[in-house]
Amino acid sequence: MAHDNRYVDKDYKVVGSRYTRPDGIDKVTGKARYGADASAPGGLVGRVLRSPHPHAKILKIDTAKAEKLQGVKAIITCTDLPDLTNGDQGMAHILENCMARGRALYDGHAVAAVAAVDEQIAAKALKLIDVKYKKLPHVTDVDDAMRPDAPVLHENMFTRGVEPTPTAPSNISARTQMGYGDVDAGFAEADVIVERSYKTEQTHQGYIEPHACLASVNPDGTAELWVTTQGHFSFRNVCATLLGLDMAKLKVTSSEIGGGFGGKTHVWAEPVALALSRKANRPVKLVMSREEVFRASGPTSSTSIDIKMGAKKDGTITAAVAEMRYQGGAFPGTWAMLGCMTAFACYDIRNNRSIGWDVVVNRPKVAAYRAPSAPMAAFAVESTIDVIAKEIGQSPIDVRLKNVAREGTQAPYGPTYGPIGIENTLEAVKSHPHMRAKLKKNQGRGVACGFWFNIGGQTCVDLNIGVDGTVNLNVGTVDVGGARSSMAMIAAEELGIAYDDVKVSIGDTASLGHNDTTEGSRGTFSSGMATIFAARDAIGVLKQRAASMWGIPLEDVEWQGGQAIATGDMHSNLPALTLKEIAAKAGRTGGPIAGHNEIVADGAGMGFASHICDVEVDPETGRSQVVRYTVVQDAGKAINPDYVEGQFQGAAAQGIGWALNEEYIYGDDGRLQNAGFLDYRIPVCSDMPFIDTQILEVPNPNHPYGIRGVGETSIVPPLGAVGNAIADATGVRMTHAPMSPPRVLSALDARDAG
Amino acid sequence: MQGMQVSFSSMIRVGDGPETIHVRASSIDELMHALLLRYPDLQGHIDRGVAVSINGQIFRDDWTVTIPEDAEVYLIPRIDGG
Amino acid sequence: MSKATLVSTFVNGDAVQFACPTEESLMTALRDRVGLTGVKEGCGTGDCGACSVTLDGQLVCSCLVLGVEADGREVETVEGMAQQGQLHPLQEQFIEHAALQCGICTPGFLVAAKALLERNPNPDETEIRYALAGNLCRCTGYDKIVRAVQAAAKQMRSRR
Repeated sequence: MAHDNRYVDKDYKVVGSRYTRPDGIDKVTGKARYGADASAPGGLVGRVLRSPHPHAKILKIDTAKAEKLQGVKAIITCTDLPDLTNGDQGMAHILENCMARGRALYDGHAVAAVAAVDEQIAAKALKLIDVKYKKLPHVTDVDDAMRPDAPVLHENMFTRGVEPTPTAPSNISARTQMGYGDVDAGFAEADVIVERSYKTEQTHQGYIEPHACLASVNPDGTAELWVTTQGHFSFRNVCATLLGLDMAKLKVTSSEIGGGFGGKTHVWAEPVALALSRKANRPVKLVMSREEVFRASGPTSSTSIDIKMGAKKDGTITAAVAEMRYQGGAFPGTWAMLGCMTAFACYDIRNNRSIGWDVVVNRPKVAAYRAPSAPMAAFAVESTIDVIAKEIGQSPIDVRLKNVAREGTQAPYGPTYGPIGIENTLEAVKSHPHMRAKLKKNQGRGVACGFWFNIGGQTCVDLNIGVDGTVNLNVGTVDVGGARSSMAMIAAEELGIAYDDVKVSIGDTASLGHNDTTEGSRGTFSSGMATIFAARDAIGVLKQRAASMWGIPLEDVEWQGGQAIATGDMHSNLPALTLKEIAAKAGRTGGPIAGHNEIVADGAGMGFASHICDVEVDPETGRSQVVRYTVVQDAGKAINPDYVEGQFQGAAAQGIGWALNEEYIYGDDGRLQNAGFLDYRIPVCSDMPFIDTQILEVPNPNHPYGIRGVGETSIVPPLGAVGNAIADATGVRMTHAPMSPPRVLSALDARDAG
Repeated sequence: MQGMQVSFSSMIRVGDGPETIHVRASSIDELMHALLLRYPDLQGHIDRGVAVSINGQIFRDDWTVTIPEDAEVYLIPRIDGG
Repeated sequence: MSKATLVSTFVNGDAVQFACPTEESLMTALRDRVGLTGVKEGCGTGDCGACSVTLDGQLVCSCLVLGVEADGREVETVEGMAQQGQLHPLQEQFIEHAALQCGICTPGFLVAAKALLERNPNPDETEIRYALAGNLCRCTGYDKIVRAVQAAAKQMRSRR
């Protein structure tokens, strides 16, 4: 049945309230099972041997001694993972990233793996594997990697997007350029022109649960995988391809996930665990240590960005140019291109140009982290806008409002915006009480904006009505933060029944059609849409059953408030039939009653936010403490405000950590120096104030409830908001994130010296 | 099948082709066919991931979607998220 | 493998015996020998608090305690907080205040918050934040966690 996805304004009975989540009890009692909480009879412990060198040829891997160790059941190297990628370069890179093929490309790159009867024997076996490396020169900095004398990682990398195509290989995988208008004319019109360069260091999503899986492969080509993941269908497809299994025969069950934020959208340990299980003929449990997570999963890019911006005295930004360099780790990615798409997206700048350079370095393969590439670009752009505001003597909010993007504005990457909420968020910030709160000594205030596209994607949902009228809803998008409650609310809203009568489960790959990964802020948006349509399908069936129970034509039946109503004067004596009553008779009226939906959810609405940040900077230590923080974001429609607020607050906290403390530190030896939570410092409870939130609702015209994804946008503004607040507090403009105490102190000293 | 203006977001420029071209198509599928006939190099971009913006609404997957008359059509990179 | 040592201990009030190698942590022993997977390994080095338990009433990171050290002592984990089907006020308030998103850090926070409230039934916001600074959360930004602890403290004080 085709369904209309257009927004319809309505009064909601269930949606919009704060219901408690259905999986809460399991999570507060320790019952909920995550990736490392499963075990299987005869299960083995898997461990991975990793390169200690950032760049090396692997001359030989001798596993003989390790194989003789009592209790070792399988050892694998790349020869146990033959290349079945069939010319698909993306897949080939994933394969090589999971297990080195003749060369180690970063400190931590997997070179071999063992499966043994226990942890101690597995660890001992790793030590007995003898690997002969030939060290090669390495490069870990994005700017260094672009120099003509830099060590080259891939001999077949010839920069795309450059005319003419280079004849010598380099570490630059691609150049992209976008924008419109005439920037030279724009700069000529400007009264002030500001040029600044920025650097942001590499960060990690920092999920508290390390990667973990339990793999079990049978000799007949069937297999099972229990895994912590944001996308069990995607994992199934990739693992099946890499291991040469039929997709339908690899059943992947997603465990509860202890945080992902984009870092669990790709496979690292899983193909290795499956290959070990296949060789050992026993289940293998592979859990990454925290050190391995830092060294060898998928952190963000580090970047180097130049901004040039020109404005008139009245605040109009007449031209803006961004040149951005992003490293994708050891394999090519499109991170700089993404940065180009987002850099000026909040604003209507008639002459704009963004140039992006995607670069490879000897670091782990970069993966997405909540609004990937946007926070770094926003740090540079939002900081520069404040510098412009100061030069022309206008308030930072007013300059942003003067140039704000609206419905009808052309996005920097081409298309025209539909209805968007950035202006609403800025107006809300302008009139927010936070802006009028008094600042104390050494305190400053900063404002910044952010944006993320949000996506929809392939989604599949099953809704089954039990004979007692309670409902099972099986969805295929992993619940990363509490969306289960929103799905139950949506089903209850559509069917007209109580929230408590709906039970949501996350189906495994054998029980539903393909569902895209929970990323791009698509979970509630797409599963919500599919749930609405599945419920409407089920209502169609319920009406048919009611019609047949009454013996009246279907067109005389309506569904209202959880009941079938017979319309028309002829049937006015017929009492309404509740869902429970119809369900009780299902067996005799045609069998089980269900609704089902497979869609490609499109029409995702963009998410915009504006943040306000107050910091207090200690002039003796350079330490910045966030003392007050406010998030204003457009959610389209907040299904469960508790969980929408939670996304705003969590994303903002991650952005604050990125702004103030978090960074990967590589030594001259190319090795990661701070692969642990002690020295990779994420915000702790005492670092943070309460985070105020304001949810705006500018309905997304392409979703029946107007939902816009909310998960990612609020990680984008904090770097700029914090930088602007520090500038306000100290007069110093920080251009290197994180703005950690040593950097701020050094900038304060420079200010005081001259 | 109506004619339409199709613009290439500058990341998806094909050779020396113009930024905006005129094409006849009524769905994304037909549009892609028509573009590939004229610019075989577009296949590389499609393999790396393209999306189609129709009047500001971005379609990443469903090529059966119909394109209304006089729509603003842009080819842009396919974005994921985190 | 080094020879296993027999450990006799009390876990959540129940007498429990298990055998573990000397070098095995209490965290691993609780998860793999006793079967209580509410204790989570977030880092294995005492930096994240996801493995928090109390040992004779003292809050510890069980990844920094040896399994054999539990011999003759009392261990309390998140699994022991609910009594006879009744959730502890902290557990109730965490659900009520949406103080969890992915939930992986929740057991550790509950154990740490319980230890705090037993020492100090009326902590102010700063005292709560510093007492919980040893527990990392990446999802919530800590806002709703602190509110849930405040609400639970109030609820527990009113019951006295």
